[in-house]
Amino acid sequence: MSFPQRAASALADEQLRRNLGNATATITQRRAEAVAELPDWSQLRAAGAAIKDQTLNELDQELLRFEANAEAAGAKVHWARDGDEACRIVAELMHARKAKSAIKVKSLTTDEIGLNNALQEAGIEAVETDLAELIVQLGNDSQSHILVPAIHRNRSQIRELFVRSFAGPELTDDPADLAEAARLFLRKRFLEAGVGISGANFGIAETGSVCVVESEGNGRMCTTLPELLITVMGIEKLIPSWRDLEVFMQLLPRSATGERMSPYTTVWTGVHADDGPKEFHIVLLDNGRTDVLANEVGRQALRCIRCSACLNVCPVYSRTGGHAYGSIYPGPIGAILVPQLSRLETGRSLPFASTLCGACEDVCPVKIEIPRILVELRAEVVRYEREHGQQRAERGAMRGIKVVFAGRRRYEAGQRAGRIAGRLFSRRGKIDRAPGPLRAWTASRSMKPVAAETFRRWWRRRER
Amino acid sequence: MHRNTGYDREASILAERWQRVFADADAIVSPSASCVVTLRETLGDEIPLYELTEFLTDRLGVEDVGAHYPRRVAYHPTCHSIRVLGVGDRATRLLRAVRGLDLVKIPREQECCGFGGTFAVKNPAVSEAMGSDKLAAVESTGAEVITALDDSCLMHLGGMLDRRRSPTQTVHIAEILGTIEGAEGP
Repeated sequence: MSFPQRAASALADEQLRRNLGNATATITQRRAEAVAELPDWSQLRAAGAAIKDQTLNELDQELLRFEANAEAAGAKVHWARDGDEACRIVAELMHARKAKSAIKVKSLTTDEIGLNNALQEAGIEAVETDLAELIVQLGNDSQSHILVPAIHRNRSQIRELFVRSFAGPELTDDPADLAEAARLFLRKRFLEAGVGISGANFGIAETGSVCVVESEGNGRMCTTLPELLITVMGIEKLIPSWRDLEVFMQLLPRSATGERMSPYTTVWTGVHADDGPKEFHIVLLDNGRTDVLANEVGRQALRCIRCSACLNVCPVYSRTGGHAYGSIYPGPIGAILVPQLSRLETGRSLPFASTLCGACEDVCPVKIEIPRILVELRAEVVRYEREHGQQRAERGAMRGIKVVFAGRRRYEAGQRAGRIAGRLFSRRGKIDRAPGPLRAWTASRSMKPVAAETFRRWWRRRER
Repeated sequence: MHRNTGYDREASILAERWQRVFADADAIVSPSASCVVTLRETLGDEIPLYELTEFLTDRLGVEDVGAHYPRRVAYHPTCHSIRVLGVGDRATRLLRAVRGLDLVKIPREQECCGFGGTFAVKNPAVSEAMGSDKLAAVESTGAEVITALDDSCLMHLGGMLDRRRSPTQTVHIAEILGTIEGAEGP
């Protein structure tokens, strides 16, 4: 299914539209207030973009530096070409230690590679410990927002899910009660778990450290309680130094949740004899990222710090929700990331799922020129489908319009033809049902026929 | 349209022809912010191309064009005029100087109306949802007329208004600025 089809069914759900509209408007407003507090916001954005660009330019060197420093501190670094390889590495690490279950920190990267399913196939249970991720997992559902993955669920749906899964029927749908029920359920899992699995918000090359920011404290438990800790990190998450982290610690929380600081910021380095995990493995994941790096325009997408400000402000996302995008990376960033990560094998309708209104670029904390990349990817999709012998509905029309507009006589003939067609299809001076591809236009709008007098003729008449 | 739909080659051919056609002009004025943006992105900033309100305020230095338009008008700042072209308050300065015109601000005025070029036919359901919300916001102002710098957005909103049999009209800013006292308004 393509974006337009999934979007149409999402739009039919009025409850979802109201929930999403309210939620995204609230977060957008909170972000705007938090950003307005900082007089140097534009310099911070420029610094964030520059740090990411520089690191990406020297990524090969920075990754080796990260590996060397992480291993010197006692971690073991693994390199995974794609999602399958990364999943295999994690499963093998757990099998070797006869571990049957793991607790997880909310991590998009592990969702991207389908780690939970891969582990399940290997006989290992992975328990999500972020509240929203737990809701998604219990409901056998999929994420619809980068930061608020269960944004499409309301509290009575969540209560039902909890009662079905682990809570007693006396549970109310009061948010505090729901959180308490989840807390009790998860506490036992935290204390039993021998393995923790996390993603990473940032990897710091100069010390080989990993940083995770979160709101619930579950991340801190997952990274400190188990004996074995495995972090799956996309190679673009690297930053050179702790000084650079300072910039992102200001950009990320304000852009993501409108907070000055995230409630929990956890940074860890290697292993320590009498504190934290005894064993720490880092899986560095490519999975298409080096392909993105090779695209001169599109590579900016790798600056992304997954704040999701572009989702909340997007007039398309805030009406369709995340499921319409068919990927764990929805919204404007998903529309430029998903097709690139898959070398255009998936998500080819996504670059077109935007009006190019530019609201996303305005809020992006690392100044990704999302509309520019969308336009670039549209051209790449058109080329890709031409090379793969696939027909695009609009290709004939686009060529035809070009031919008509490229010559004066043809243009004037086109105007005459348009006037005749307009007379044929219009009733009472408007067209209510246009033929061919324009039918999608007249589904919800009427159309004005071509004017009886051309601009040029009107201009000449005026001059007399 | 070609460029933003992924047809770069066709877009370049048309842009180069456009440049040849207007090669002799000292100033080229366009009633579409979106077209100005695309031409500047394709051909560079050096061509003497102006969006209409840029031409009036920057090149001619005029704010009061002597127009008379006694109606309640909502100005929709289109995405490409505000965020890409950076037209700022040029349009509202011109509109405020129009005699009799009651200018109202649309709530969340900078949100896209849902037109988006070929988006309107590739994603008609989302486009309609965005357009409906924009029209609801306009209705809350009691405006009789919606104006903008881009006819494309107005074509989308106007088509929806017509389908709803709404009395609200869409009128391009050029038509408002060109209406003088005693003349029949468009």
